[in-house]
Amino acid sequence: MLQAIGVPSLEKLLEVPEAVRLREPIEIVPALSEAAIVKRFEHFAAKNAFGWPSFLGAGSYRHYAPPAIAALAMRGEFLTAYTPYQAEVSQGYLQAIYEWQTYICLLTGMDIANASVYDGATALAEAAIMAINANGRRRVLVARAVHPNYRAVLKTYCDGLDVAIDELPIASDGRTDVSRLRETLAGKSYACAVFASPNFFGIVDAPDDAAQSALAESETIGIAVVAEALSLAALRPPASWGAQIVAGEAQSFGIPIAYGGPYAGFIAASKEQMRRIPGRLAGKTVDANGNEAFVLTLQAREQHIRRERATSNICTNQAHCALIATIYLALLGSSGLRDVASANLARSRELATRVASIRGCRLEFEAPFFNEVVVNVGAPAAGVLERLAEHRILGGVDLGRYYPELSDCILMAATEVTTSAEIAALGAALEEIVNVPAGV
Amino acid sequence: MSRLASDHTASPLIFEQGQKGRANRYVDAGGALTNYLPVETLRDDLELPENSELDVVRHFTRLSQRTFGIDVGFYPLGSCTMKYNPRVNDAVANLPGLRDLHPYTPDAFAQGALQIMWELEQTFCSLFGMAAFSLNPAAGAHAELAALLIAAACFKDRGETQRDKVIVPDTAHGTNPASAAMCGFKVISLKSDPRGRVDVDELSRAIGPDTAVCMMTNPNTLGLFEDRIHEIAEAVHGAGGLMYYDGANANALMGNARPGDMGFDLMHLNTHKTFTIPHGGGGAGHGPVGVARQLVEYLPIPYVQRNGGEFTLDFDRPKSIGPMRSFWSNFAHAVRALAYIYANGAEGLRSVSELAVLNANYLRVRVREFLETPYDEPCRHEFVASAQELKRQTGARALDIAKALLDRGFMAPTMYFPLIVPECLMIEPTETESKETLDAFVDALRDIVETAKRDPAELLAAPQNTVVGRLDETRAARQPDLRWHPVPEEL
Amino acid sequence: MPDSSDLRFTKEHEWARVDGDVATVGITDYAQQSLGDIVYVELPKVGAQVSQFGAVGVVESVKAVSDLFSPLGGEITEINGTLENDPAAVNREPYEGGWMFKIRLSDGSQTSQLLSAEEYDRLTMAS
Repeated sequence: MLQAIGVPSLEKLLEVPEAVRLREPIEIVPALSEAAIVKRFEHFAAKNAFGWPSFLGAGSYRHYAPPAIAALAMRGEFLTAYTPYQAEVSQGYLQAIYEWQTYICLLTGMDIANASVYDGATALAEAAIMAINANGRRRVLVARAVHPNYRAVLKTYCDGLDVAIDELPIASDGRTDVSRLRETLAGKSYACAVFASPNFFGIVDAPDDAAQSALAESETIGIAVVAEALSLAALRPPASWGAQIVAGEAQSFGIPIAYGGPYAGFIAASKEQMRRIPGRLAGKTVDANGNEAFVLTLQAREQHIRRERATSNICTNQAHCALIATIYLALLGSSGLRDVASANLARSRELATRVASIRGCRLEFEAPFFNEVVVNVGAPAAGVLERLAEHRILGGVDLGRYYPELSDCILMAATEVTTSAEIAALGAALEEIVNVPAGV
Repeated sequence: MSRLASDHTASPLIFEQGQKGRANRYVDAGGALTNYLPVETLRDDLELPENSELDVVRHFTRLSQRTFGIDVGFYPLGSCTMKYNPRVNDAVANLPGLRDLHPYTPDAFAQGALQIMWELEQTFCSLFGMAAFSLNPAAGAHAELAALLIAAACFKDRGETQRDKVIVPDTAHGTNPASAAMCGFKVISLKSDPRGRVDVDELSRAIGPDTAVCMMTNPNTLGLFEDRIHEIAEAVHGAGGLMYYDGANANALMGNARPGDMGFDLMHLNTHKTFTIPHGGGGAGHGPVGVARQLVEYLPIPYVQRNGGEFTLDFDRPKSIGPMRSFWSNFAHAVRALAYIYANGAEGLRSVSELAVLNANYLRVRVREFLETPYDEPCRHEFVASAQELKRQTGARALDIAKALLDRGFMAPTMYFPLIVPECLMIEPTETESKETLDAFVDALRDIVETAKRDPAELLAAPQNTVVGRLDETRAARQPDLRWHPVPEEL
Repeated sequence: MPDSSDLRFTKEHEWARVDGDVATVGITDYAQQSLGDIVYVELPKVGAQVSQFGAVGVVESVKAVSDLFSPLGGEITEINGTLENDPAAVNREPYEGGWMFKIRLSDGSQTSQLLSAEEYDRLTMAS
């Protein structure tokens, strides 16, 4: 080959100027045989908690993923394809994306959805940018009960754009306090107001009629955050309270928890927002012979054409994760999803009842909840969780980490995979920890 | 739905299939939803299709058969590095102890995961000459945004907020200027010189006290090494600006040269390019962001720390730009990338880049026998060809060549990018292709060019062997149909 | 091109037909050919004040995007609403049905800054 190329040696092709030549050899991990690699990673895996009863949720949920999903999603054509720019040989993926877009619309009640974004948090950031571009107002109002990580990511993006963020407080029942919403919206001009339902505490928290009319009158765009997508199987969709943009996370639909990623964010919106929606869109059209076919469309919004005038820089999205979610939804159908939702509701009530029965523990909030509850353990949650870990139980998330006034509270989730035995184990351990002083 | 009489892969939309009552039962259901929640909170309108597991499996199996991946054939997409995705990477990513680990697991019980992240970050530091990496960003463009936010934070700290310009060569990937705009920077595009490189004179005229960052890749998107990179970095640093390395072309220089040594202060990697993370139809990707020493404190949170043998997630970083996404990283992809690195070691990665460069040059000299290659010099891991002359002679364009390649079982190269080459085809074979595959590609391409000269109409009609022909993209944009709609029920 | 004696042009391929103190503006045949099938036109808002040669909108085709510049300064009095559902009108009749917006001129002398039909033809021949 070197002969064909016409150079005396490979080194000639690899020449770099003296100034940038490598001075020392690079030292990294050693090369291992494939069998040794597997052993090495098994060794890593063994150093993580595995198989413990877990009540961790908070934006990443343990749900049952039927093995049929992996059997399909891991097919080499799906796994190793690139973005479907050459539509004629990508009809499969394009159709799957079109189906995902449709599923998201049906679940959220919105008109259009895009081909996915990185996750729910960046979906929120992109949704806020859509709103700012729609009405030119450079201020965002967000409920404090929205997932703290989502709010932090929103702040990262808004800081880069010099956009200010104000918060709506939490009411005593765990919902967002909208009693002063009208005054707040009259006081300053907001591009959008962001609500999560269920909110970070698991509570159903959609804006009521008064809040909705306050938004409409001030022409503030309502953004709905959905961090637990399974809730859409049971709860009234965001469109029903007048949300114009929905930013959500589809991890619950069969996507592995995988220590935080990759997941699949989604953005859905009303028809008017179509040209502002970031990222890829799959559309249906015809081919030269009149056959129905799919193609990426409205690409003139995107970075590879608009460059610095694109409203988002997003290029790679989460196509494969969105595919996993689409297959999950196809396997379950609406009644399958309702079954899973009802199992979540049943288990989380079982959990709530058990912990509320422990002397020293109580449910912090009274409002209706989906599959998570906030449990006040009457002592700093961090310490209680540490002692639960000694019992090999992952009790939940210490809310004091994000809400100083809730430092005695643990956010606990129970899903269709949580068993009565696990709830019993948690209950027994909590009994001991909460009622027996440490050191005894 | 498709035009080939023998096309057994067509499948109607999932919404057009199924029957109520065919839903699969995977879990033990609870009771009626009204047992748990007030009826006014519940919906009653959700109608999603219900298909047996077999019908769902058939549907998606058929869709996969209508999809071209690296596993199916040669994928010479310039700038995308479509190399083989080793299956062992997926196997280890799927180990239950890694796949089922919750991000809020206390650090003490996630030591394996944290060690994987730490080892990967350290490897990138050594390979690319940076002081620290964060695995937080979810994709290359996401990492670019993070890097620019870091630059903005750094300048704000130094009281240099007048720095609002980002300089980008006209060969840059579209995400570069788009990311800059998302941080409120103004973009200056630099015309490349006749050799296809950054024009150093143009650059020196463009830099000044308002320069924030110069974003480049090396080798650039023409596949050419920026041989004056040291001067460029000196000039930008001299003006008080920062140098950013777009890592899309990192496959060209592992074990050979390092962006840190070239003077870059910030960089990103696309592990779905260089480190074999599967592209999965357009994602999920992964975009580690790397920085020089003076910028470490600005990295997104959390940052993986090692103290003795213990690893922790450090959220307490007051100068951090904040988190870029909801959790810590695209961890499953970090696992895959580290497994690939273990499979190669330093020597192996050096061979990877060497072979990538060798394969690209071999293709270049063979392709230039019948297609114009505007930069007639050795390339790195990719090169550009132009169909401009062919278009003048025969009317056949880069697009038509691309479609004809699809007919012959190859994926088309990247078309019409970079923008400075008319009728551009950007070709990147990668190191995992055999000489036989490369020769077959050359033969196909030559045949196509000869066909264009003989009978261009044949090319304009391509593809003919795929499940659908050329799409009416105008109609798709003028009358967007972006979802299926339920048919109103018959009364 | 239709009777072009009353049209003036910009280097960015817009045309203006001036009638008293109102001008009608669109993009040229050369522009629509270069862009290909137009799929969307983003027009300025009625009432907006625009300056001569300022960017006032965007023209999108399937694969490209082009800024729309105003040949003259003034106030936007009317926009062509039919382009919302029929952007193809720009391709079919760039000088008639594909007109984009009307502007009340702030300074009639600005027309001297524009190219005549001959000058514009020379420009497009040269490319």
